Amino acid sequence: MSKTTNQKAWILVVPVVVLVAFNALIPLMTVVNYSVQETFGNNVFFWEGVKWFEEVLNSSRFHASFMRQLAFTGTILLIEIPLGIAVALSMPKKGPWVSVCLVLMALPLLIPWNVVGAMWNIFALPDIGLLGRMINGLGINYNFTQQPAAAWATTILMDVWHWTSLVVLLSYAGLCAIPDAYYQAAKIDGASAWAVFWRIQLPKMKRVLTIAILLRFMDSFMIYTEPFVLTGGGPGNTTTFLSIDLVKIALGQFDLGPAAAMSLIYFFIVLLMCWVFYTLMMRDEEQ
Amino acid sequence: MNIKKWLLPTIYILFLMLPIYWLLNMSFKTTNEILGTFSLYPQNFTLANYEKIFTDPTWYNGYLNSITYVVMNTIISLSVALPAAYAFSRYRFLGDKHLFFWLLTNRMAPPAVFALPFFQLYSAVELFDTHIAVALAHCLFNIPLAVWILEGFMSGVPKELDETAFLDGYSFPRFFIRIFIPTIVAGIGVAAFFTFMYSWVELLLAKTLTSVAAKPIAATMTRTASTAGYELGLLAAAGTLTIVPGAFVIYFVRNYIAKGFAMGRV
Amino acid sequence: MAKITLENIRHSYLPEPKKKEDYALQQIDAEWSDGSAYALLGPSGCGKTTLLNIISGLLTPSEGRVLFDESDVTDTPTTERQIAQVFQFPVVYDTMTVFDNLAFPLRNRGIAEGKVKTRVNEVAKMLDLENSLNKRAAGLTADGKQKISLGRGLVREDVNVIMFDEPLTVIDPHLKWLLRSKLKELHQQLGRTMIYVTHDQTEALTFADHVVVMYEGTVVQVGTPIELFEHPAHTFVGHFIGSPGMNILPCEMSDGVVHFAGNQVRTASTNLPSNGSDNIEVGIRPEFVEFDDEGFPVEIIKVDDLGRHQIVLARHDSNMIKMIVAEDAQIPSENPCISFSPAQTRLYKDSWVID
Repeated sequence: MSKTTNQKAWILVVPVVVLVAFNALIPLMTVVNYSVQETFGNNVFFWEGVKWFEEVLNSSRFHASFMRQLAFTGTILLIEIPLGIAVALSMPKKGPWVSVCLVLMALPLLIPWNVVGAMWNIFALPDIGLLGRMINGLGINYNFTQQPAAAWATTILMDVWHWTSLVVLLSYAGLCAIPDAYYQAAKIDGASAWAVFWRIQLPKMKRVLTIAILLRFMDSFMIYTEPFVLTGGGPGNTTTFLSIDLVKIALGQFDLGPAAAMSLIYFFIVLLMCWVFYTLMMRDEEQ
Repeated sequence: MNIKKWLLPTIYILFLMLPIYWLLNMSFKTTNEILGTFSLYPQNFTLANYEKIFTDPTWYNGYLNSITYVVMNTIISLSVALPAAYAFSRYRFLGDKHLFFWLLTNRMAPPAVFALPFFQLYSAVELFDTHIAVALAHCLFNIPLAVWILEGFMSGVPKELDETAFLDGYSFPRFFIRIFIPTIVAGIGVAAFFTFMYSWVELLLAKTLTSVAAKPIAATMTRTASTAGYELGLLAAAGTLTIVPGAFVIYFVRNYIAKGFAMGRV
Repeated sequence: MAKITLENIRHSYLPEPKKKEDYALQQIDAEWSDGSAYALLGPSGCGKTTLLNIISGLLTPSEGRVLFDESDVTDTPTTERQIAQVFQFPVVYDTMTVFDNLAFPLRNRGIAEGKVKTRVNEVAKMLDLENSLNKRAAGLTADGKQKISLGRGLVREDVNVIMFDEPLTVIDPHLKWLLRSKLKELHQQLGRTMIYVTHDQTEALTFADHVVVMYEGTVVQVGTPIELFEHPAHTFVGHFIGSPGMNILPCEMSDGVVHFAGNQVRTASTNLPSNGSDNIEVGIRPEFVEFDDEGFPVEIIKVDDLGRHQIVLARHDSNMIKMIVAEDAQIPSENPCISFSPAQTRLYKDSWVID
């Protein structure tokens, strides 16, 4: 649509800017403030410059949680995206069961994140949880509260359970948007089912898949509540991801300086991804 | 019906329902039974857990508090997002692209980064432990989301509609309320759904900004887990009840869900 | 090449149709001979796309049979019917080059690569796509993409019939003419049966050897463009073809004479009923209405000068009559009277012509 240039449009935008800025800029300024200062209490601050940034960037603790975060995000993407696409492909385009399916699939997305964590906690407990009992019943020694591998597996399974439906719904919407004529032409051309997927469906889902991948990447990068309620970050710190670590430092230890510096580094990484997201989206819309 | 095709969605849905079923199962058992015996269905079916929640103020207030701030947030977010989305959709103005990008970054902001600063900020303006505090805090990511979704829907409405209305003598507010909003009702529904959803599920900020008066159900639940030991049955019942509002909302907007996701702006 | 026969075809999109209105196609019996160019012409919703899809096999008819050269293909899937179809909007495989797009149908059928190359180059030449062969299909304009769609149908040598479902819908107006000419040229060159669905009479009349006019699920007339213009069998054909369409005016019979608004009218119809006034109409094209001092009086409402000719809107009692007169003809200002040229006037009962 052709837009007209009108500076008075700012009036319409002011309430949004005020509310978001209040929530975004002021806290951010606080964070920046803390990141370059040191305090020993009593509201007395000393300028420290980039000391906190250096400390964080060089700390093995930060490296460890960063690596854990990357491993986690990488794994869930590798599972959720193909699984989501597969489920979307196998659903019919219309019919009475479609809305039932969509509602049931959307349910995990609307559960408060702490309930998700608590639910999986109860579900996976080795002695009284259904999953825990089943796995131990198969002869595998499973206890996610004590074994790092089990904790990882459970956390990942929980995330797959929680968020795959987002990929399903996005992919399904993308698939439904493909006009019938493409499938008809493919029939006439004698294309195999694989060719239909590879040459028609996947390319036409490019936009929604980009969104799905980037959303999952970023949301999983910021994950806090579910793993925290499930494992507390443990056993030890084996499932302590970036957000969990940050909150421990900021709210637990009240180490304002390092927490602030870490926050800014964290935020910067997210901003970078955001910029990638935005550029890809805008380029796509122009096509 | 092609049976093979239905296999994957069926297994997937069963997988999704399993933990929920287990939660439901536990909610009808006493904590003793849960710890004592393992069974797929309650041996001694009891509604005691639900009774406790509905009668104990600390519990049901948790739900009321949560619903309160979520509804407040949805109303605030949508009210300010509508005019802003209109501006982005119809006009070019100084800094519009950068503003849009900045809004987007807030949607993607890690709550962990804001937990402590929010605590200090809202304490400083003496809004700590109020519903409005959480409602306002959630605006950080929900307003950009609402603007984004609404702008998408608004761009689908041709400008000629506006121009005709103005030529017919409508003032801007009257045009907006009587003509424009009815055309994008589906978009408002979708935006309201997602705003509700993301506010309802968010725990960290809601917990950080409240202590007693506006304590959300999420915080009440975690308290149970740590202080009174594991009151599992109660926890399960509380958890099950949090799923109910979500289920209701999805059911009502089920026809719009696909459209909303198709906008791709979640 | 094949002769296509449609026998007793009826189709409903509902699982259990009960009334006539439930059927998208009422009753079609048709025979389409080898090598001709057919147009399926009709307004939106008349069932032409349904019919097309039944012929191509994308749809199985509720009742009736489809025969290609005497063999029953009603239940044969599309892939085995050896047809090609071009859709309303261009369908191309975005990720492949133009060459690969054209080669796709051949490669899927296991044809040797050498043959594929020759064939694709041949077809590309026919469609003026030789210079774009290595480009990505997604980058072409709408008309280029439609050519690719068409090309995929032409590469296969075993194609019996090529079908077009309103293929020029998304093409820019100034390119429509070019593409239409190209289609006609290709038909003359290749001699394959082509069936072209459209709601645009210009497209139909310029492209086809035979036009099948459809209305509300039935075929109302099949004929050459000239036949349709001069001898419309149904009032819909009269009204739909021609610009402006035929005047259809209510009239009544008494004693074997046609009366229109109190005036006697002579027609070319011979088997006239002696009396009656239900659903009896007289049809006359605006081209054949003339100013005639011995005709009946009318009031001139409007005259549109279109350059080549003028269109006059006249009124007699409550009936509106359109006339086409020459560019330089004089329009009588006082007491204008008109008459209908008898040889071109016909009577219609229940919308069907009385010969």
